[in-house]
Amino acid sequence: MKANILSEQSSAQKVPARIGVYICQCGLNIAQTVDCKQVAQTAAELDNVIVSKDLGYACSEPGQHEIKKDIIEHGLDRIVLGSCSPRLHEPTFRKMMHDAGLNPFLLEMANLREQCSWVHMKEPDAATNKAIDLVKMSVSRVSGLFPLYEETLPLTKRTLVIGGGIAGIQAALDLADNGYDVVLVEKKPSIGGTMAQLDKTFPTMDCSI
Amino acid sequence: MTDAGRHPRIKLLTMSEVVDVKGYVGNFEVKILKRARYVEEKECTACGECVKACPVVRPDEFNMGLSSRKAIYSPFPQAVPSAYVINVNECLGHNPAVCSKCIDACEKKCINFHMSDEELTESVGSIIVATGLEPYDPTELDEYGYTRFENVVTSLEFERIVNAGGPAKGELIRPKDRKQPKSVGFIQCVGSRSLRKGSSYCSNICCMNTIKSTLAIKEHYPDIDIKVFYIDIRAFGKGFEDLYTRSRRLGVQYLRGLPGTVEELPDGSLHVAVENTASGKLEFHDLDMLVLALGVRPAKSTQKLQEMIGLQLTSDGFFLEAHPKLLPVDAATRGIFYAGCAESPKDIKESVTQASAAAGRAIRLMHTGTITTEPITSEIITEHCKACGKCAEVCPYNAITVDVKKKIPAVVNSAACAGCGTCAAECVFGAIVMNHYTDEQITGQVDVMLEEKPEEKILTFACNWCSYAGADYAGVSRLQYSPNTRLIRTMCSGRVDEKFIWQAFEKKAPVILVSGCHIGDCHYINANHWTVKRVEKVHKKMEKLGIRKERLQLEWISAAEGIRFAEVMKKMETLRRSVSMEEIEKTVDILKSKNKKD
Repeated sequence: MKANILSEQSSAQKVPARIGVYICQCGLNIAQTVDCKQVAQTAAELDNVIVSKDLGYACSEPGQHEIKKDIIEHGLDRIVLGSCSPRLHEPTFRKMMHDAGLNPFLLEMANLREQCSWVHMKEPDAATNKAIDLVKMSVSRVSGLFPLYEETLPLTKRTLVIGGGIAGIQAALDLADNGYDVVLVEKKPSIGGTMAQLDKTFPTMDCSI
Repeated sequence: MTDAGRHPRIKLLTMSEVVDVKGYVGNFEVKILKRARYVEEKECTACGECVKACPVVRPDEFNMGLSSRKAIYSPFPQAVPSAYVINVNECLGHNPAVCSKCIDACEKKCINFHMSDEELTESVGSIIVATGLEPYDPTELDEYGYTRFENVVTSLEFERIVNAGGPAKGELIRPKDRKQPKSVGFIQCVGSRSLRKGSSYCSNICCMNTIKSTLAIKEHYPDIDIKVFYIDIRAFGKGFEDLYTRSRRLGVQYLRGLPGTVEELPDGSLHVAVENTASGKLEFHDLDMLVLALGVRPAKSTQKLQEMIGLQLTSDGFFLEAHPKLLPVDAATRGIFYAGCAESPKDIKESVTQASAAAGRAIRLMHTGTITTEPITSEIITEHCKACGKCAEVCPYNAITVDVKKKIPAVVNSAACAGCGTCAAECVFGAIVMNHYTDEQITGQVDVMLEEKPEEKILTFACNWCSYAGADYAGVSRLQYSPNTRLIRTMCSGRVDEKFIWQAFEKKAPVILVSGCHIGDCHYINANHWTVKRVEKVHKKMEKLGIRKERLQLEWISAAEGIRFAEVMKKMETLRRSVSMEEIEKTVDILKSKNKKD
């Protein structure tokens, strides 16, 4: 599968991209600082952008539904989301891409919340300008992205638990009782950890061992 | 505990430490050093005859040194495994002329001095880090006199004193004269919530631990006076407020204010001076015994393990979770999970909850028996490869093989490649494509960013794991900084190619920041070492060309350092203001003429 990517890259460049841009208001989290409408309108003028609009909550069911509908109606093949940090919702939107029949890696997120509206709350105009720049950068990036494919490999159904205190013991027992083999490593001669040294424990006021 | 010791699916390795972790999610190879016990674990019946024979007496660490044990000993009566252990550094040895008394005493002949440390290799698909805590060491808090006065004890020592299995057999006595105290004081927040000594965070468990101890004392000795010196009582958990109320109803006095000094009286009692912040008055209390409610510190092994596996820590030194709300037990590295105090101070209930959650997350990962790999890996364009071997040299995962002598082009093992992109940045022949972070994809972003008013903008490259997350954390904390910053995310700072920097300067970037994980914390083992080397190289070239090298900055910002991110941005803005339009134009000319020459 991997070997195909390079050849695919050369063929992919021939067809112009069909990009959808969605600016999430995140309630007021983004919208109270960034003018989401203006950002969406500016993005609409960019090359290969077919659809550009702002949404109340892009991650919500109706939000995702609207994007999926657009993907089918307008034949979109790449999506830009101006929303929260990709560290939060990239998995959510990659799944949405997959459900809509697109390669999940043809998605790019512009971080308009953690790295824009929340950190420039007193400068709405500058924040809007920054948001426009970030979306432009994302549109550029998404245009140059290539579909990627995950490989499936065998996995060892076994867990290493480091530390034999109450947390390690509990985790090991839960895994073992579920049928998974566990290696429980403890540096002291006995498991039990700090808990074993306690006399009584709250809230039950019984002994620790 | 005993369930864990005899579960057929649990391989219990005590006296063992993880010394190396290789591989990736689904297929980790773990090296474990198992130290010799010198007693056959399966044979020993814990009869205790060897202990009677052993002549070496040492402080018992389980009882916090309040009692003694022998060089051969059982850690504590309920220990799992129950087998005895020899501390070989204390033991006189097995030379019959010197000692070897335990060998003679052991009927089952399970003492074996020829045991040696073993190195084991285990293959696992996931890892749960449950390395626990280290109690705060109060010796630096001299005002409480822990090292000077015998009747000042720590909360953990108190636990051992009142424990039925402890040195006093459950009797409450004070250490100096072994008499029952008539009054006991508890000092809260020892090593917690202090910017001066210890840590600034709340250790979570000490309020309730003290309340528990007051109830235990009152249950057995209703006449003992108890005073608790505190800042706030934090009894927020289920049923906690009830315990606090019960403690007060039983006559325990809660005094708001931490003692300023503690002095010893001739009879060994303690004279405590405290400003009662509720009344605003300076008060003095004479107490027979003082207990220091110790805060919780990260376990000593935390940093070693963090470097070994490539995990992140918070500024407090505990392990950092992938997301504070949505992924509270996952590490940012796939396949690694946290449980218990390794992640943050927590009580038993929370530890158990988190441990079950971590087990659940591990099962969710493993149950299909297969794992999907991240496709963000590098690829070689064989026609361009000159087999110079640089990529193989810089790869932190040894995922690239190249035969330099026979000039056989490089090959990437995509299962081993973690996708840092350092190889692509180091390849001077343009023979490596870093998928999802290709040269064109990144320079495209740079170009667009610098299309309009480039002189006003701050170009920042941020690695996904630390600096980008640090920027997010600044956002979550609502820290305000200059809005002309534009971040470009790469997986690792090692991906930032020299040509991105030259291109940005040519497109009139006034300043550029390259940011990544702190040295030692790199998510890709040590890829950021190459970032340093590269930035140094570019700095030298800048000097040679007559470009002010300060315009390219390198900063390490961790995922927990939101404040630092905002500060660095402020610094970058000051730097940007120092760059004039003329300077920018001059740089463009320099680079253009250099390109012509090349």
